[in-house]
Amino acid sequence: MWGNKELDEITQGIAEAFNLIVTLNPDMLEIAALSLYISLAATLLATLIAIPVGALIHFNEFRGKRLLLIAIQTLYSVPTVVVGLVIYLLISKSGPLGMFGLLFTPSGMILGQTVLIVPIITGLVISALSGIDRSINDTLVSLGATHLQKVAEIIREARFAILSAVVLGFGRAIAEVGVAMMIGGNIRGHTRVLTTAITLETGMGGFGMSIALGIILLIVALIVVIALNIITAGLTDDMQKIAGGSRG
Amino acid sequence: MIRIENLTKKFSGSETIKTTDLEIRAGEIFTFIGPSGSGKTTLLRLIDLLDRPTTGTIRFDGQDTGGNEDERLAFRRRMAMVFQKPAVLNTSVAENVSFGLKFRGVPDEEMQKRVSAALGLVGLADFASRRAVTLSGGEMQRVALARAIVTEPEVLLLDEPTANLDPVSSDLIENLIRRINRTFKTTIIMSTHDMLQGQRLADRIGVVMNGRLVQVGTAEEIFYQPAGREIAHFVGIDAITGGVVTENTGGHALIRVKDLCFEALTKLPAGQQVIMYIRPEEVTVSPAGSLSARTSVRNQLTGRITKMVPSGPFIRMNIDCGIPITALITRRSCTELGLGAGTMVVAGVKATAVHVLPNEG
Repeated sequence: MWGNKELDEITQGIAEAFNLIVTLNPDMLEIAALSLYISLAATLLATLIAIPVGALIHFNEFRGKRLLLIAIQTLYSVPTVVVGLVIYLLISKSGPLGMFGLLFTPSGMILGQTVLIVPIITGLVISALSGIDRSINDTLVSLGATHLQKVAEIIREARFAILSAVVLGFGRAIAEVGVAMMIGGNIRGHTRVLTTAITLETGMGGFGMSIALGIILLIVALIVVIALNIITAGLTDDMQKIAGGSRG
Repeated sequence: MIRIENLTKKFSGSETIKTTDLEIRAGEIFTFIGPSGSGKTTLLRLIDLLDRPTTGTIRFDGQDTGGNEDERLAFRRRMAMVFQKPAVLNTSVAENVSFGLKFRGVPDEEMQKRVSAALGLVGLADFASRRAVTLSGGEMQRVALARAIVTEPEVLLLDEPTANLDPVSSDLIENLIRRINRTFKTTIIMSTHDMLQGQRLADRIGVVMNGRLVQVGTAEEIFYQPAGREIAHFVGIDAITGGVVTENTGGHALIRVKDLCFEALTKLPAGQQVIMYIRPEEVTVSPAGSLSARTSVRNQLTGRITKMVPSGPFIRMNIDCGIPITALITRRSCTELGLGAGTMVVAGVKATAVHVLPNEG
């Protein structure tokens, strides 16, 4: 059973969250904005890598394809701290990418989160493409599509499933703490994001602030998911407008 | 138009298409008929250059189509194919129809005009902005047809275009196929397991059995002069085996089966073992001893009706005349003549209705 103290803290936390949100607390806004920026940038980069790579794997037959798919699926569950550690070693001053000075910068965090979510988006892009019936492939080929035209149409046909992959990738990026902490270092006003701030606040006993930041993280995620859905629906609408224009 | 030479296709070791040679003429409707799984779809896919043959060549207007992918794409763009189960993409009807034009880089304005015209032709002008995945089977098949003809192909391939459709939709599609062939002079190659459809539409028919093209000819030839027992069975004719030509005077032959004697027209010489094929609808049936039983028909066989099976407005009956004879007569005549299982009847067959083939088994 929970004691009164904990209940009080939860209630206080919710009240504080409400207060922070209503008053648009500048610290909170800055942390939320940085979280959003880093995770969106990582998602965009990862998507730009994952769609072509996923298509390349899906549309080609080669030795070891099954093994590669298993490896990609295994990387879905790679611990964030392991990615953090590897990237840390790569970009630290003495590491092979040390000259770029990425350690403890938002750019370094973007790199880390990108590496973290490329496998999951790639894997789900491959399943999305595999979900498109073989008859669509034959139809496009028989309609005279070149290989590239066919690939583009099949990717477009799988757009809703690919969107889910992107949303899931974004979710993993914004919710992770390992990479953000190890690569970013939780420097106030520079690399502090929602998850690292929650860790810090909780460590210092500031449960109210932690709960408030947690709620804000969910709100940010909600806004992004809604936006992505509107964009996808917009794509479909556009297509219908084009189609409508061709009515006789 | 299309010339197929020594074509074979193997899938994981087993031969789906066995050595096939065929010439398809420009502007004709050519239909492959044959049981399900006989290789009709594989043949159409090979002709549309979707799959590569294991051996042999397909020539398009005299040119070999076995080159690299770019060359094959150029040939493929002169054809179009409608699949048995039409696949539509999850977008509007108009966009579905426009794909072939988009791939060929046709400018937007012209594309819209041609898409509208194609949709008009298949009677779906009002469906342009509908989402294609919400259409019925018949409507989807029409979208697939519009999508195929919008590129004005020289050759249109149709794989079982009316399978799974209701009779009204089937009729509509058949009329469209005829119209496309007449209006645009499009060469049409289609497959069907519906022999009557083959008969209704085709200028020529190719019978495919077990991956082999076993007979090519007009509907008349296939249905009345099948080239073998299997084909006869497929086109609905029972074989009468065990016949021997006993006499042949200038093509007018007498054939003995057990203790019965048939008159038939054939060039096969006396002594030749034969199989006779008689289409059930060519057999007349009248009750034994009735006036109508005495006709000028040369072959008159008396026997007992052993089985009657209704088939739409017709009744298919088996008559045991010492040898089994199948007859197809209308329900009405069956009632008028008071026929039933067990009735003694006279089955009449004209000499010209007996198709005779040498017995090579």
